[in-house]
Amino acid sequence: MGMTVVQKILARATGQASVAVGDVVEPAVDLAMSHENGALVMNQFFEVYKNTGHEPKVWDPSKIAIILDHRVPAESAKTATNQKKIREFVAQQGIAKFHDIRGDEGGICHQILPEHGYTRPGQVVVGTDSHTTSHGAVGAFAFGIGATEMAGVWALGSIFNVEVPATIKVVVKGELPQNVLPKDLILHLIGAISAEGANFKVIEFHGAGVKTMSMSGRLTLCNMSVEAGATSGIVPADGETERYLREEAGVTDPLDLVTPDADAEYARVVEIDAATLVPQIACPHTVDNVKPVGSVATVRVQQIVIGSCTNGRLDDLEVAARILRGKRVAKGVRMLVFPASWRIYRQALKQGFLSDLVNAGAVVMNPGCGCCLGVHEGALGDNEVALSTTNRNFKGRMGNPKSEVYLCSPAVAAASALTGVITDPR
Amino acid sequence: MAQVVFTLGDDISTDAIYPGRFMATVLPTETPQFAFADYEINARLKAGQVPAGSVIVAGANFGCGSSREQAASTLKGHELVIVAKGFARIFLQNSANLGLRTIICPGIEASQGDELDITATRVVNKTTGKSFEIVPLPKARQDIIDAGGLIAYTRKRLLEKHGVGRIEN
Repeated sequence: MGMTVVQKILARATGQASVAVGDVVEPAVDLAMSHENGALVMNQFFEVYKNTGHEPKVWDPSKIAIILDHRVPAESAKTATNQKKIREFVAQQGIAKFHDIRGDEGGICHQILPEHGYTRPGQVVVGTDSHTTSHGAVGAFAFGIGATEMAGVWALGSIFNVEVPATIKVVVKGELPQNVLPKDLILHLIGAISAEGANFKVIEFHGAGVKTMSMSGRLTLCNMSVEAGATSGIVPADGETERYLREEAGVTDPLDLVTPDADAEYARVVEIDAATLVPQIACPHTVDNVKPVGSVATVRVQQIVIGSCTNGRLDDLEVAARILRGKRVAKGVRMLVFPASWRIYRQALKQGFLSDLVNAGAVVMNPGCGCCLGVHEGALGDNEVALSTTNRNFKGRMGNPKSEVYLCSPAVAAASALTGVITDPR
Repeated sequence: MAQVVFTLGDDISTDAIYPGRFMATVLPTETPQFAFADYEINARLKAGQVPAGSVIVAGANFGCGSSREQAASTLKGHELVIVAKGFARIFLQNSANLGLRTIICPGIEASQGDELDITATRVVNKTTGKSFEIVPLPKARQDIIDAGGLIAYTRKRLLEKHGVGRIEN
């Protein structure tokens, strides 16, 4: 029996010829990522070493990445102190892949990792963030873990007791129509298989619609796979993977483009016809409450958000700028834009997208997670409605349990900013 | 015997269990105060009206969303037991790692105030007389639970790898 991409990655990472679904394995970790919650990982890491007689020392400082992104610049003394402790730890342990709150190197962890070529096809990547699934876009087996689990990785370099997951094969036939975007595709999939439809499983993306999709779109697909419960999303590495890593991330090392065997076994195959897809909206308060844009087209919104690890890349900003250029955001609507990294910010600045957005009335914020997780800025008032390109619409997500969040593509968000109601961009 | 102190539906996210606005608080000793901060049970928990071992009954996909470990530590701090139709992967893993007791019980039917008897294989609702089968936890987690949680397990593995170091007092 052949193997899926993730089976092949886990076989290599455990030094075996093959692994079967359900095997319990302990793969070596190629990259271990944390953000502000590195402060909790540190706490648990020191706890592990207590009374062992060993000096707390990470297993390999070159394989640990820490990116400050969740609350930047700090919103409180508590956060600022956590960030300070992280800086001290990074210096003391010699962790090189550290991205501080800086305009030259900062951004959201799930953008920084691919952008700097830290994540590669065939790797095992773990992160103390559920959207670590993003890195399946470059062909890595990437999944979210808890802080205590990460303390174990920092100490010993492997991830304990991983059950080899089954895989759902998603085949995207055809190509997306104009102004229907990868975000619509993944929202449609989540709606179709439900928020727990892929729990404990991997989603492997195939088909012409994925083959022709840029890395940015693939990152959106894999990023939101976790919203269907998936351990990871993954796009088998191909020419686009190589192009992105060589041309955009500057990787010069040999790449291991891992692809699945033709006779790999899948738990389920889901086919999607991209050509007939319309813009999709995830309605409050679950991500799988997905409806075609037309059925919610009268909902009035007070805040539009474009950004996050899901949709804060250059092509997302370009779509929004093209729709808003020379026009004005509707009265009574606040539009917040969070580029996913400072590299993207600089590119969007150079290409004029940021001035298009600002001239239309948008507020361009500094790169980071921004208001996505409701902790930092851009909170909603009571009974207000946000339409957002972020990834979660759980009750209270944007800082107020008395508000509502709808999720959409950058095209829908921009078109709706002009009207103040949820609007079909086509 | 344990009492059901709170019931919830499907897809209860970690934002509901431990809202993002409290994420700067990370230590397991400090997180319990924010458990279900936007629900009425928070006041009962903080007032010490919920005895250790009390049960929360929930639907499918409990703990979906963020990987924040605070969602497990906040409930562990009150020594609650979570009986749910199903759990999201990362939350289930964090719970095993921190010693929060989670019971997968796809058929569970219970209301607030019901008395439950939880055996190794079944949840018996003493109030309604109905009994429901428990699905065993994924086998990958059992070693960690048996070791007394992930800190203890990791320490054991560290000592196996490097031997006991020089302990200075």
